[in-house]
Amino acid sequence: MVKRIFSFLHQYKKYAILAVICVVAESVFELIIPLIMADIVDKGVATGDREMIFLKGGQMLICAALALVFGIGSARFSALAGQGLGAELRKEEYRRLQAFSFSNIDNFRVSSLVTRLTSDITNVQNSISTGMRPACRGPVMLVIATGVAFTLNAQLALVFLVALPLLAFLLFEIISHVRPLYTRMQGAIDMVNRIIQENLTAVRVVKACVRGDYEREKFDKVNEDLVDISRKSFRLSALNMPAMQFVMYGTILAILWFGGRLIGTGEMQVGELTGFLSYVLQILKSLMMISNVFMMMTRSLASASRIVEVIDEKPEITDEDAGDISVERGEIEFSHVYFKYKKEAAEYVLSDISFHIGAGETVGIIGQTGSAKSTLVQLIPRLYDVTEGTIFIDGHPVKEYPLEHLRDAIAMVLQKNTLFSGSLLENLRWGKEDATMEEIEEVCQIACADEFIGRLDHGYDTEMGQGGVNVSGGQKQRLCIARALLKKPKVLILDDSTSAVDTATEGRIRQMMANKLPQMTKIIIAQRISSVRHADKIIVLDDGKVSGIGTHDKLLENNEIYQEIYESQKEGAQL
Amino acid sequence: MARYVGYKRPKNTKKTLLALSRYLGNHKWLLALVALLVLISTGANIMGTYLLKPVINRFILPGDTKGLITAVAAMGLMYLCGVLATLGYNQLMVITAQKVVSEIRRDLFAHVQKLPLKYFDAHTHGDLMSRFTNDVDTVQEALNNSFTMLIQSFLMIVGTITMLLVLSIRLSVIVIVFMILMFIMIQFSGKRSRKYFTRQQEQLGSINGFVEEMVAGQKVEKVFNHEKADFEEFCKRNEALRKASTSALSYSSMMVPSVVSLSYANYAVSACVGGLFTLAGMFDLGSLASYLVYVRQSAMPLNQFTNQINFLLAALSGAERIFEMMEEPEEVDEGKVTLCNVNFKPDGSVEEAGEYTGNFAWKVPKGTNFDASVLKQAAVCGTDGLVYVPLRGRVDLKNVVFGYAKERQILNGISLYAKPGQKIAFVGSTGAGKTTIINLINRFYEIDSGQIIYDGINIEDIKKDDLRRSLAMVVQETHLFTGTIADNIRYGRLNASDEEVIRAAKVANADSFIRRLPDGYQTVLYSDGANLSQGQRQLLAIARAAIAQPPVLILDEATSSVDTRTERLIEKGMDAIMDGRTVFVIAHRLSTVRNAKAIMVLEHGQIIERGDHEALLEQKGRYYQLYTGQFELE
Repeated sequence: MVKRIFSFLHQYKKYAILAVICVVAESVFELIIPLIMADIVDKGVATGDREMIFLKGGQMLICAALALVFGIGSARFSALAGQGLGAELRKEEYRRLQAFSFSNIDNFRVSSLVTRLTSDITNVQNSISTGMRPACRGPVMLVIATGVAFTLNAQLALVFLVALPLLAFLLFEIISHVRPLYTRMQGAIDMVNRIIQENLTAVRVVKACVRGDYEREKFDKVNEDLVDISRKSFRLSALNMPAMQFVMYGTILAILWFGGRLIGTGEMQVGELTGFLSYVLQILKSLMMISNVFMMMTRSLASASRIVEVIDEKPEITDEDAGDISVERGEIEFSHVYFKYKKEAAEYVLSDISFHIGAGETVGIIGQTGSAKSTLVQLIPRLYDVTEGTIFIDGHPVKEYPLEHLRDAIAMVLQKNTLFSGSLLENLRWGKEDATMEEIEEVCQIACADEFIGRLDHGYDTEMGQGGVNVSGGQKQRLCIARALLKKPKVLILDDSTSAVDTATEGRIRQMMANKLPQMTKIIIAQRISSVRHADKIIVLDDGKVSGIGTHDKLLENNEIYQEIYESQKEGAQL
Repeated sequence: MARYVGYKRPKNTKKTLLALSRYLGNHKWLLALVALLVLISTGANIMGTYLLKPVINRFILPGDTKGLITAVAAMGLMYLCGVLATLGYNQLMVITAQKVVSEIRRDLFAHVQKLPLKYFDAHTHGDLMSRFTNDVDTVQEALNNSFTMLIQSFLMIVGTITMLLVLSIRLSVIVIVFMILMFIMIQFSGKRSRKYFTRQQEQLGSINGFVEEMVAGQKVEKVFNHEKADFEEFCKRNEALRKASTSALSYSSMMVPSVVSLSYANYAVSACVGGLFTLAGMFDLGSLASYLVYVRQSAMPLNQFTNQINFLLAALSGAERIFEMMEEPEEVDEGKVTLCNVNFKPDGSVEEAGEYTGNFAWKVPKGTNFDASVLKQAAVCGTDGLVYVPLRGRVDLKNVVFGYAKERQILNGISLYAKPGQKIAFVGSTGAGKTTIINLINRFYEIDSGQIIYDGINIEDIKKDDLRRSLAMVVQETHLFTGTIADNIRYGRLNASDEEVIRAAKVANADSFIRRLPDGYQTVLYSDGANLSQGQRQLLAIARAAIAQPPVLILDEATSSVDTRTERLIEKGMDAIMDGRTVFVIAHRLSTVRNAKAIMVLEHGQIIERGDHEALLEQKGRYYQLYTGQFELE
């Protein structure tokens, strides 16, 4: 896992290496300083050599200055490496995310994906940036100090052979138990956040249904769960410090005892013992550092594995079977198409759908709520892949088109259409990045959007706000149509995208499209019969099956569902 | 260790501390115990170092084995106390911190639920979310670690400085000068890194917003082949974030090596000067050696202390944002009139019933004014001056003025009445104020002037929960909760049985599509029911209202994404449930409102026409225009 994460360092690898070098150099200089210091006391002061004192003092200052230079270097380089790695990870994750199909996204849930892209990466990059120094310093200090301790007195240094494994064992025990707890804690945090999020977005529903107490109970429960699990994990990880102290104090006592005995038998000098003790403290401190790094890393490992999960998820819709072809005419054929959202689902959402749409035809799709109209059209640009059967465009199965070409040729205005923050013009340019003003004005005219854009205070430069909050529903729908038309698609799909537009305007849009874009295949999903009655062909869907195909007049004659829909809308008209 | 430090200084530290101490106050004995244990643990640590010298001098050098055993045993005992104290305060602190944090989180959530909608309109979800997550987290971190570390490092500093002063007052001047230097430097680089940290937070916010928007609009992105352009935009923001956070982190982690180097410089200068002093005979060699040990020790606790202070300040500013939110005034609710289920007896009296009877009455306490003369059914007196006013669903708006913002009035002195037991419709263009009227009737917002009278009672006199319980609402933007379909329907009435859930789903015409879902009624919805179509979500919302069996029903564009044929079926089912009860309908689709007894046409916050469908058509006014607009095309 750690290796996998570090493999994304890419161009920041050199900074990571430089950081390690700096940390090591800094530690070495720091270790030299006490040695010089010993010279001041033992040689300078003892012999009364003033020059020696100033010389050694100067050397110490130079070492301190060098340690400062390397220290600043290590800070800078580890920041560069850690944040660089974070940026690379974020980029990689986002790239993956873009390739995901909707079933991939369902596997993670939208809110979780956002956390994985943001706070999880922040966790990892910060723990690398700040952990780099102690992680490199600890081992360097450990090795050098242990070496010195053994040269001072190998016999006494044997105490380490007991202390170090004991400490390693304790740390390992704590960490291996804490790790799964941290993962569970992350899950509990997700739950708490979800309930808060839901209560914020659905605040009106909660208030209108007077469900405040109910939600509070729900929240108290997950809050309680979170507290339980975090108490467990933090209590366990808080054992780290007393465990360290236990071993450290034990070692000091053991050295005092054995050292005292050695001095008693004349095998050791007192000066050696004090020197030895100071190195022991150095060693144990570096171990403390290492254990702290481990604790921090353990927490970000949970985040790291969540990131890797996203990076390793296989996109379900790919260009695997694609050749180099693009849509020329826009003729569409469904041949015995079956579809369900999940493989495990018992029933198909769409079953045995077959029909043919000629290039340039206008086709209406009508049916009850839940009859899978939207699902059906989303199969054409491969937002979902069919479960069984084939969809042909210009005689080729859709899978043979590269996704980019396919989606370039098919424009779709979704039912739940989205505008993005940015100006109106920027939103329209989603359709074609380099569109000229003439092109834009032309499509706005076709979509009957020109009439209200002219009335907006800032015209095309009006700021849309997230989700397009600054225009009304009907205006938003017309902008979305204009945006789609700007692509100059071979096939245009309108998924209930004029529902908030008044019928007179809707009629004008239809007229304009028929006159100005006769070659374009148009598929229109609608609630109102008036929206589709002029179509060349109307497909009536019922419970995911085709109930009838034909012209308005023909369906009125022989299709019961169509008759009912017609009746339900006509009744008022005759009054 | 340089942990990531970044914060804004709290604006009103005293007030925040006061609020925080209210939470900590419940555990003040525990905290005192923690402080005591920290003292013991730190004391054991300092004493241990201090005792090394006498042990060597008194027992090891003379070869006093027995004395050494006693000394080692005594030190062992002291160390054991130290370890146990460390164990104790770490565990106690975690427990206390988790208790406090969970109390804060609980109270915050409870308070947020009572905030008026105005507050939610004025703040983004991200902002409110971050108080629950980031701010609570920093408080938790601070309580988990900073509190004890602060005490500990403070004790270490005091202890070390005392030892230095004891050994040599004159030499200590050097150390103190260096300590002040270090302190200034830490503050300075803290300030620097704070500046970059703020920039980093902004960039982080911008990238979060971008990701959220793009994930939500991913279908559009795919349909428009816009992946490349978005990726470029993402990379741009990502790079900006990388730069800002690299700078922020560089500065904050430079602090440690800088302080360490300064401490070495301090060490060097102290050694030289100390050496000279010793040569001049003002100091002995042994004292110089132990003096220098303490000089070396002085840097770390200072560094830790300043770091922890920064963490505490960060936590305080987080706490400040939390308490600010908790101090936001709650929804006004001064009403005393409550709603209850009743049985009407043949002799004209009213009996309050514990369970659902289908008949409701307002329980008006003594002293509350009301005027039940508009109702057909008379009010009945109960005991203690209580009056039961049967709930009929009569709503009167008298000269109501309202605007979401002060400068912009949405309703300019609107007056209207809705007769009980009728279906009343509002039509009009977007922004005419249809939804606003509904939002005022259930008191989502408070009116600026005028009166709203419900069954002869001013709605301000009715308890808010009871007012809303009497009105079931289905709004256009349907929100579903994570949970099964059945749970989501049951949200309307929590104790509804499975059969009732299914019956409600049938009324809403949702039964057939629910049965086709992978697990039927037990299918779990995630992410606000993302896999359901708009229409299907609306059907679920209607089922939710149907199961509530409310005295008054409000449908605000509730069927806008539902096909007309299904809409008719729902209408039939709902009519049966709502027979004799008041229903408000808002729609721009005229087929939805056609059968209403009274249709009100709104324009610019004013009612311009009122009547039933035929009467309005005859008037040949605005309604006629709207209606015939549809027919030009037929």
